[in-house]
Amino acid sequence: MSTVIKGGLVVDQTGERTADVVVDDGRIAAIGPDLWGDEILDAAGCVVAPGFVDLHTHLRQPGAEEAETIETGGWAAVRGGFSAVVAMPNTNPPIDCAAVVQEVLVLGSQAPCDVYTSGAITVGRKGDQLAPMAEMAALGVRLFTDDGNGVQDAGLMRRAMEYAAGLGVVLAQHCEVDSLTAGGHMHEGVWSSRLGIPGVPAEAEELMVMRDIALSRFTGAPVHFQHLSTGGSIAMVRAAREAGVAVTAEAATHHFTLTDEACASYDPVFKVNPPLRPAEDRDAVREGLADGAVDAIATDHAPHLPDAKEMPFDQAPPGMLGLETALALALTELELPIAEVVGLLSWRPAAIAGLRGEHGGPIVPDAPANLCVFDPEETWTVDPDNLASRSRNTPYAGRQVRGRVRHTIVGGRAVLVGQEMRP
Amino acid sequence: MEAEDIKRATWRMAHEIIERNHGLDGVVIVGLQTGGVWLAEDIVVALDEIEGVKPALGTLDVAFHRDDIGLRPLLPEAPTQIPFNLDNQAVVIVDDVLYTGRTIRAALDALNSYGRPRTVQLAVMVDRGHRELPIRPDYVGKNLPTRRDEMVDAGRDGVDIGEIVK
Amino acid sequence: MTLFPPKHLLSINDLGAEGIDEVCRLADHFTEVSQRPIPKVPALRGKTVAMMFYEDSTRTRLSFEMAARRLSADVMGFSVSSSSVNKGESVRDTVATISAMGPDAIVVRHRSAGVPHQTTAWTQASVINAGDGWHEHPTQALLDCYTIRERLGSVSGRRIVIVGDIKHSRVARSCVMAFTALGAKVTLVAPPTLLPPAAESWPVDVSSSLDAVLSDCDVVYGLRVQQERQSEALLPSLREYTAQWGLTVDRAARLPAGALVMHPGPVNRGVEIAPEVLDQPNATLNEQVRHGVAVRMAVLYLLLAAAPDLQPEDGVQ
Repeated sequence: MSTVIKGGLVVDQTGERTADVVVDDGRIAAIGPDLWGDEILDAAGCVVAPGFVDLHTHLRQPGAEEAETIETGGWAAVRGGFSAVVAMPNTNPPIDCAAVVQEVLVLGSQAPCDVYTSGAITVGRKGDQLAPMAEMAALGVRLFTDDGNGVQDAGLMRRAMEYAAGLGVVLAQHCEVDSLTAGGHMHEGVWSSRLGIPGVPAEAEELMVMRDIALSRFTGAPVHFQHLSTGGSIAMVRAAREAGVAVTAEAATHHFTLTDEACASYDPVFKVNPPLRPAEDRDAVREGLADGAVDAIATDHAPHLPDAKEMPFDQAPPGMLGLETALALALTELELPIAEVVGLLSWRPAAIAGLRGEHGGPIVPDAPANLCVFDPEETWTVDPDNLASRSRNTPYAGRQVRGRVRHTIVGGRAVLVGQEMRP
Repeated sequence: MEAEDIKRATWRMAHEIIERNHGLDGVVIVGLQTGGVWLAEDIVVALDEIEGVKPALGTLDVAFHRDDIGLRPLLPEAPTQIPFNLDNQAVVIVDDVLYTGRTIRAALDALNSYGRPRTVQLAVMVDRGHRELPIRPDYVGKNLPTRRDEMVDAGRDGVDIGEIVK
Repeated sequence: MTLFPPKHLLSINDLGAEGIDEVCRLADHFTEVSQRPIPKVPALRGKTVAMMFYEDSTRTRLSFEMAARRLSADVMGFSVSSSSVNKGESVRDTVATISAMGPDAIVVRHRSAGVPHQTTAWTQASVINAGDGWHEHPTQALLDCYTIRERLGSVSGRRIVIVGDIKHSRVARSCVMAFTALGAKVTLVAPPTLLPPAAESWPVDVSSSLDAVLSDCDVVYGLRVQQERQSEALLPSLREYTAQWGLTVDRAARLPAGALVMHPGPVNRGVEIAPEVLDQPNATLNEQVRHGVAVRMAVLYLLLAAAPDLQPEDGVQ
């Protein structure tokens, strides 16, 4: 059975053109004017883009299935236009060995989007001892991170980078120096001072960015910086890239959308690590995305049960949902051409995750059919009760946004059609 | 009533207070904030001139004792000062206008906090009727039949009746 | 009657200068009530005030309870040790349970900033912040304003030095807002490790030397310094703290005549303030506690009896 996406503006790395796209047997069969197939997906007024790739998704399985499962997280992904996600390893048990990688991949094969997984850099994400990266790499893991924790020990990080370089995989760092973040729950500044909430200084992130740039230059191994949130971090990454150091970076949607002022509500839905920062930092993140200092938009989709987010601010766990709102926030908040937004969400993160053969590539005949069709002009209001995620902790409840995913095609199968999930 | 009538009525009430209490031994005067205070002061002056004795004068704001707290915003307006014990005293409560009786009920309630008077009496310049509680005045300047939709204002200069502007 | 009291008292900002003045004016009336042979009025008869104290507190809790009882309100007690919190019940569930019994006000003390704010979403009752983490303790600031007003006539124009562990102090946050709202000039004095972040964003002057500001103030307000600040590397030792920032006998002697010595209690005698200084007539610690009852009566009355949704009735006279 063939599917034809009719009347959209096809946007990929090679440019833009209005064309119909025919999908058959998992691949793009044809692209051009006036094409027909068994099923027709209306794309009038829409952009037809490569399926998005999220470098940073917490799927919570195994261990916290009450907050999210690989399946529900997968549906949240396809509703957000993502055809692939990279699962973070801070599950229970953590993804730090072949057995857990295997479990996630098996569960992921049932999910509506392609599920890739990262692996932990250290055993148990504890920062003491290297995890068996080679056995995980053999199963296809391309990104290693202790996400949720940064690797605190500089010596250990150096060894991890050297080891990873030999395997041809990339280390991704959650940059926060624990001794500076200890006890903190939001950005340290004017707002934390007024609210009486213990703070986390920007320097906690920047010190580790600085250290890892130095280590990357020293070892020659690539390092990817996760969810950068401060102007200082982004300036350092920009300078490092210009100096030819092999660093890449992502920014989370909330860090270019929200500021620390949101914490004045004391609603833990605004609690996240690294924390929401002041407007200057938010603007620096936007600038980094615009000028290429930052490679990709990531969601840091982090589901939590309502109970957890109703705790006192300093006791609630950090994290917020992101998959279903990422595109809309990028289109609403970033004043970038659509093709650049698409790049930040698809081919650029796909390159970092090593998925270019499968996701994010040009929309041409015979390419794998991982596609996303969105209406860049449709406005809608975020409703926590209308999410595919099992959790409700979106910080954007009631917010009006622009840009909505209409269809998502994963491996040739239309899993989201007219915003309806098709199991 | 004109200013002269008010003065005459004040003096008459002072005489009645002396007569009723066989002098001023143990008599204290408590003016209700804010309308009754001027009258209480004038009664004390009159009592002093007639009897050569100046009874203790207190003021009482009954806001915290009213029965309509919670039905409308109610904040006390002026100070309560009763710096003397009321045990075994004859307390004369003084107010300008007696209407439903609810203010007096609140005043009776409040007085309990200051001791156990031998007797409590009530002096008002105007009794306009429409009582909602079993309360009656002991000394009245003037009985003045009114409608409920009228407003009565009694001061040293006289008594005015006006329509309530809705 | 120009006042529109807030439904909740979470922060001094809920009142503003006008509201603080109104609380002080009402507290005058309740001070009179407190001096009556029977110091009790029926004003809040039939109302219920629930005490939700997640943190140990003797004076604040007793003060609120006494205030509620003197207004004839019923008091519903709740303390962590005797409740299901120990069994892991969430704040929300506890609030829901208490709310199901229909209290008119919930007085909340919690070690986490913001819990009173969160509580407002889960109950119909008025919520009063009795201290939340490092955030605020508005009734403490109100009773301090009342004390300064009683002693010095007004807060406006006064030079007030707050000295001690300001960073971790909810009292300092509320006091700075209240004092400056009323037009006082506030100077914070502390070792830099005990100043709040971004102190320059507060409407105050900041100094690290008590000696430099001592001779030029109307009030010295000392804050408690906790023993554990030593282990957090915020202070080398309490001995060093006292030498540099303690209100010693020697320093107290250099205060201008009539300057007040205040402290929210409980005092670490000999650390923040020398015992001899506490016994001087310009030390107001006991007055502060006494005024606390009248001020909390004023707050309860304002929130529960003078609520903004009440319509004025015409034809009173």
